[in-house]
Amino acid sequence: MAVVRPFDKLPALNSAAVLLVGSDESLQQKLAEAILKEKKNFKISIHLATSLPLPSERDHLRPRIDLIAFMIDIKSKYSLKNVEASLAHVDASFFLGKVCFLVTGVGRVNYCSVEMNAIWKLGEVYCSPVLYCELELEGIRVATAQRLLQMLQICAGHIPGVSALSFGLLMRNSADE
Amino acid sequence: MDETVAEYIRRTVLKIPRDEIKSMLQTWGFLSETQLQTLNFHQTKDNISQDVVQLCEDNSADIKQAAVLDIIYNHIYPNKRIWSVYQMNKTGEETDFFDLTDFKKKFKRRLQSALKNVTINFREYEDNAIWIRIAWGTPYKKPNQYKTSYVVYHSQTPYVFISASVLRSTLPLLCQALVVASNYHDIREMELRSHCLNSLKDIVFKRYSQTFQTYYPRPLQERNVAPENVDLRIIQENRSEKERIQRVNREVFGDGPQPKLEFAQYKLETMFKSNPKMDVLDIKEPFRCLVKFSSPHLLESLKSLAPAGLADAPLSPLLTCIPQKARNYFKIRERKGFFPGSFVSP
Repeated sequence: MAVVRPFDKLPALNSAAVLLVGSDESLQQKLAEAILKEKKNFKISIHLATSLPLPSERDHLRPRIDLIAFMIDIKSKYSLKNVEASLAHVDASFFLGKVCFLVTGVGRVNYCSVEMNAIWKLGEVYCSPVLYCELELEGIRVATAQRLLQMLQICAGHIPGVSALSFGLLMRNSADE
Repeated sequence: MDETVAEYIRRTVLKIPRDEIKSMLQTWGFLSETQLQTLNFHQTKDNISQDVVQLCEDNSADIKQAAVLDIIYNHIYPNKRIWSVYQMNKTGEETDFFDLTDFKKKFKRRLQSALKNVTINFREYEDNAIWIRIAWGTPYKKPNQYKTSYVVYHSQTPYVFISASVLRSTLPLLCQALVVASNYHDIREMELRSHCLNSLKDIVFKRYSQTFQTYYPRPLQERNVAPENVDLRIIQENRSEKERIQRVNREVFGDGPQPKLEFAQYKLETMFKSNPKMDVLDIKEPFRCLVKFSSPHLLESLKSLAPAGLADAPLSPLLTCIPQKARNYFKIRERKGFFPGSFVSP
């Protein structure tokens, strides 16, 4: 089983790679474009996948993944199942601050088919932050892109003095308050 | 002219969109061209309808002519009604030559012998379609022109499309009359219903794009086409999976447009299979459950489920068999025997 590992490849100079995993491709594409629009001073590559494991034929072309963002749509149980199945293909050491969950669709209360409890448990079990964002709205999409970019920089080690793990702990502690 | 006829014509004209009134009246042919010239089609529909009624008064229209206008309206706008499909069959191999006059005579005679108060109108169209309009009354009341049933019969086929009227009790009589008039033995209701008459015809006459179980060799060209406007910094990891979904979709649904259906209904009479620890139902009885899918265009939305990332491809055959089986109402019972499971009842 091909598992995504955080440190199995050498990092490239001044670059970072983020992997978005989710079943809604058009939303992924929009978020990726929003991320690219932001100002940054490093090379970025955004990998879009519908599920894990990633196809092995592209392994040698892929850079080291610094951040994985799993996208769950509250309106679709299928997207939650998809993410849960994909989580099994991620190495445990990724969950030390290099994974986050993006939960979209929260604006439409009448169409929720995934329980908030299930999402919260997911965040707890995998010790990763859960960001609630209504990605269909452009303003929130831009804000989420900015947050992801900031997290990506930390996870890629571009910010001296702040590691992914310490940032992850910071986010969890502030969420609990 | 009868007051009820006048009112009926007025209401029928009011239903027609303003731009279509002139052409529909011309098709009707009851008013002469000179009379039509006197009508002002730029006023409100209310006024137009009053003028039309006045002209019909001058020509002494009766209910038969008014009914023809109604048939014309329903022929152009059939999607305002729900149509059910019926199939007739006959034992034996005799292929009778279809005689239209004979059909009409037998149909009228059968209906009128059972129920004196009916208004029956026929109109033939191209592609051998016979439209029948029936207004139902009771032994004591004149036919109610607003409670009508419509029948579309393609004489070269055993299929009949019936628009259910409010009076469901008249359906057996109607079916009987059809069977007798067309020299068939019996008639059964296919579990297929929709608003879109043309789509129903497409399904039973197999006019939609069918899929064949052949291997689709992927043309080399497809691989080399690079999509424009794609930033090279965005990398699609699952491109081959996406292509597989497209291929499966094409194999299941075909390339052309799907017939338009609005719902699919599954009546489940299967046993509830739960975690033995859950113990929800101790009684070993089938768990009755109704699952209904509704959509403005059901088959197209099923086709786009997998590409949109909302379901796995291929979809359940219970959903994809709808056009081939020509039904959208299913009863699913437990399969009795060695292998547990469910099967679709015929």
